[in-house]
Amino acid sequence: MPIRKLSAQRLWLLAAYVAAAAVLFCAPLVLSDFRLNLLAKFLAYAIVALGLDLIWGYTGILSLGHGVFFGLGGYAMAMYLKMQASGGKLPDFMDWSGLTKLPWFWKPFEFLPFAIAAGILLPAILALILGYFTFRNRIRGVYFTILTQALVIITTTLFIGQQAYTGGTNGLTGYSKLFGYSLGSPETKRWLYWVTVAALIGAYLLCRVLVKSRFGKVLRAIRDGENRVRFIGYNPAIYQMVAFAFSAALAGLAGMLFVLHVGIISPSMMGIVPSIEMVLWVAIGGRGTLVGAVLGAVLLNYAKSTFSESYPNIWIVFMGALFVVVVVFLPKGAAGLFGQLKRLRRRRASNEGADGVRYPAV
Amino acid sequence: MDVIILQLFNGISVSSILLLIALGLSITFGLMKVINMAHGELIMIGAYTAYVVQNLFADYMPASMFGWYFAIAIPVSFIVAFIFGLVLEMGLIRFLYGRPLDSLLATWGVGLMLQQLARSVFGAPNVGVKSPAWLDGGLTVGDNVFPYKRLFIIGLVLVCLFVMYLYIYRSHPGRRMRAVMQNREMAACLGISTRRVDAVTFAIGSGIAGIAGCALTLIGPIGPAIGTYYIVDAFMVVVLGGVGKLVGTVFGALGIGISNTLFEYWTTASLGKVLVFLCIVAFLQWKPSGFVAMRSRSLDN
Repeated sequence: MPIRKLSAQRLWLLAAYVAAAAVLFCAPLVLSDFRLNLLAKFLAYAIVALGLDLIWGYTGILSLGHGVFFGLGGYAMAMYLKMQASGGKLPDFMDWSGLTKLPWFWKPFEFLPFAIAAGILLPAILALILGYFTFRNRIRGVYFTILTQALVIITTTLFIGQQAYTGGTNGLTGYSKLFGYSLGSPETKRWLYWVTVAALIGAYLLCRVLVKSRFGKVLRAIRDGENRVRFIGYNPAIYQMVAFAFSAALAGLAGMLFVLHVGIISPSMMGIVPSIEMVLWVAIGGRGTLVGAVLGAVLLNYAKSTFSESYPNIWIVFMGALFVVVVVFLPKGAAGLFGQLKRLRRRRASNEGADGVRYPAV
Repeated sequence: MDVIILQLFNGISVSSILLLIALGLSITFGLMKVINMAHGELIMIGAYTAYVVQNLFADYMPASMFGWYFAIAIPVSFIVAFIFGLVLEMGLIRFLYGRPLDSLLATWGVGLMLQQLARSVFGAPNVGVKSPAWLDGGLTVGDNVFPYKRLFIIGLVLVCLFVMYLYIYRSHPGRRMRAVMQNREMAACLGISTRRVDAVTFAIGSGIAGIAGCALTLIGPIGPAIGTYYIVDAFMVVVLGGVGKLVGTVFGALGIGISNTLFEYWTTASLGKVLVFLCIVAFLQWKPSGFVAMRSRSLDN
């Protein structure tokens, strides 16, 4: 790759990124423990948004099933923590459900490396399988979206139904220790926050490399004209599968971090509503821009935690209205708004009627 | 043997409800490629309309007339949901043609708002609708009892299906509708107002959702979120059946309804759902665009 000259604009952009990263790393100095924990949760959500943006904004495939991938990651981590908390004994909820022996698939979760690997790989494998059976047959667009939504329904009913193995509606909670450190202590929380920031930055950079690469170009080409890509000689299904699996892995990673911050995972956190809320973050921030997805996730969740406790009813109406407004008026989200304004100004200046790239009808 | 017959009956009963819900969806989706996630809320509107009609009857009509409220509630539900659908189409949907995924998100937002509206008008707890006395009891055949309510819903679906068939395949507006569905540009060239056809079609789909809501009041209590419970299953019916022909939707509904009941009977409720999903994905390997697919020479449709 040729070395690109750093223009002034690019330098400013780079400086802004570095500053943002620095602010995130220094946040524990100024924020209270409670606020820090909230921010950490939002940053975990931002990782999901990144993955979702990759598959929706760049590849044009809308998944309403990311709650499942998020939840799988969360459960993997929660199983490890639960094993730690029970200290070799049977986890409490299994006892209540009348199990006497630890189920075989719980056993390896005693080891943290296994739990982490499972939390990332399980969602990716599930996504690969679903992707294989759908993209290969050119099931796409809304059909795929509906299938992902069905996946959410069956997963939540399965998790609720298998109470003895998954904790049922209550989910998994009541853990205390990670590596022998207390999860509740401010010290640990701060470290977990830093881990989350690092994970977010890592995920962001990875996505950016992916998007800028040849692979990313093919993804965008699939979004804009899948058949043309096919005729050129690519196999879109492979690209879609890989992008979907990667996106699911990011959601799983986010789910693991989420559990560490929040201390509970339950089927209601992976259901239909959370899954579609994740899409809203990306839609508002701006699909097709990575920064937009991150900002959308953080800002919308901040707004939610501020308003929804005091006015839960108004919040739901507001969220509904937001969906409508963003989709109808701001198809590229807040990040697209800047682009729209810039283009408008440029068009005024040069007084020509050219309009920019229209968002394709996905 | 009796058990099998009973399960089969239950399956058909579930199918009939799914069919009633999916009928409207398959029309709007088939014609306009719009995914209406607010369809569930239109069901909810129909259900609450039945509730209101029932209360009006209880308050203003002699008690002897009460049983007939349901006969009034069905057309009223249709009309109310029809009007909601018309407003929705004219106010929002028409900006979203050609963007099915966006229509999905926007209508989901509308659904949230409608749910909240219902919550503030009728309260969050479920309300019960007292089913008319003439639907109590059941038909006894041998050792099996088939509840009249279920039979009534099956009958209602058959009537709806027949009327839809007459409308789509045997009437002038229906012919225009099919023309728009098959080739929008050509239909417009021949003088069909595609705008109006879209609006009316969407409203009819919504109206059927209203009837579905009305029928649901017979089965159990109704709440603001009643629609979300059925909506995904109904969409699966559309995916499985394919769009464009009524027979596809009927097949999809029967397939999902019966297999769901049987699997849940053989395994557990949660495992049954998983198995049904796997079966649907497996079926789509064989017929990716559903049971019946509209033939078209266009590559991207």
